[in-house]
Amino acid sequence: MNALLAVMRRDLLMVMRRKSEVLTALFFFVIVSSLFPLGIGPEPVLLRKIAPGVLWVGALLATMLGLQRMFAADHADGTLEQMAISPTPLVVLVLGKVLAHWLVSGLPLVLIAPVLGLQFDLDTEALGVLMLALLLGTPLLSLIGAIGAALTLGVRGGGVLLSLLVLPLYVPALIFGAGAVESHISGLGAGGHLSLLAALLTLAAFFAPWAATAALRIALE
Amino acid sequence: MLSAHGLTCVRGDRRLFAQLDLGVSPGEWLHVRGENGAGKTSLLRLLAGLSQPAEGEIRWCGQPIKASDSTYRQNLLFFGHHGALKEDLTALENLGFSAAMDGATFAEAEALKALYQFGLKGREELPVRVLSAGQKRRVMLARLALRKAPLWVLDEPFTALDVKAVDLLSRLITDHVAGGGMAVLTSHQTMPIPGGRVVQL
Repeated sequence: MNALLAVMRRDLLMVMRRKSEVLTALFFFVIVSSLFPLGIGPEPVLLRKIAPGVLWVGALLATMLGLQRMFAADHADGTLEQMAISPTPLVVLVLGKVLAHWLVSGLPLVLIAPVLGLQFDLDTEALGVLMLALLLGTPLLSLIGAIGAALTLGVRGGGVLLSLLVLPLYVPALIFGAGAVESHISGLGAGGHLSLLAALLTLAAFFAPWAATAALRIALE
Repeated sequence: MLSAHGLTCVRGDRRLFAQLDLGVSPGEWLHVRGENGAGKTSLLRLLAGLSQPAEGEIRWCGQPIKASDSTYRQNLLFFGHHGALKEDLTALENLGFSAAMDGATFAEAEALKALYQFGLKGREELPVRVLSAGQKRRVMLARLALRKAPLWVLDEPFTALDVKAVDLLSRLITDHVAGGGMAVLTSHQTMPIPGGRVVQL
């Protein structure tokens, strides 16, 4: 538990020393989702219709930005080796890194999403559902992304490969996440979609760290 | 004690070494020697449990070390080619993180003492990024002084060190071995540390 907190603290400390990483993901999200209302024009009905999908795709791509760096620096400077031979199981340390990644590139998206939702003329309740869906969905993106980042570790041109690997796996999160907001707007209630998203998150929280750990051990051989 | 039986290491389609036996008991140290590419680093990575041997077995106190064995890892300190230092963090923060990874409690006063011992006084609050290559190695070595692990596995510990630091490190290893510790290290120099045996690859 101590080691998990230490990993998180270290990763967050390094992000604080080099703020550009958080800010790029956040600004990417802001700009991509702002381009749509500007391009499509002020048509509230259409904007409300596309809002959930656009915001979710934006969030998905924004979390992709920092993914490749999740383990790359640790691999390059030998920290990953030290983590692999630490008395604390590697899977715990990997979970710490995933949590730090979420705090840095997932949580800010959740917090800024309602502001961006206003551009799409979403009402307060729909904004609440959007935030809740992102709150459940972004940790899922970090968890699945960790598997991809671990698998492409040390591969030349790994960035493109990572997107090809991870984006298809993001599809369920996208469908249920955007679906929650859509069904709320159409009056069906978001409960079903949110429960499915929560179930996916639980499943990923249990399995993804193990899968990422196995991939890291292969990369270290 | 650490022992290896019939170790064979294969990298790609090259066989680096085969049927290698070795053992270290408390108060002894092993000097692994060999040409560049002979498999010194590969042997040390096998001993650290970072990779698996093609054949053979490594035992710690008679028990085979497995990837999941945490008692072995508690007793092991491994230094690879890379420093495992974070460039953006200070020397002190790096030592604190290493201690947390090792599952040890971190006493700042002790860490400062170790850094001073290695001539890093006044540099403990600087990001490691601005230190020279030799000073970075000295930060790593400060970890040796702090960590109380019976087995040290060190890959080229004398690289990039000046004469004074080489002396300091030799003394550190001598004290460690004299105090019942064990060490396995690679180096191209001969070292004036008593109790050593040579493993030629």
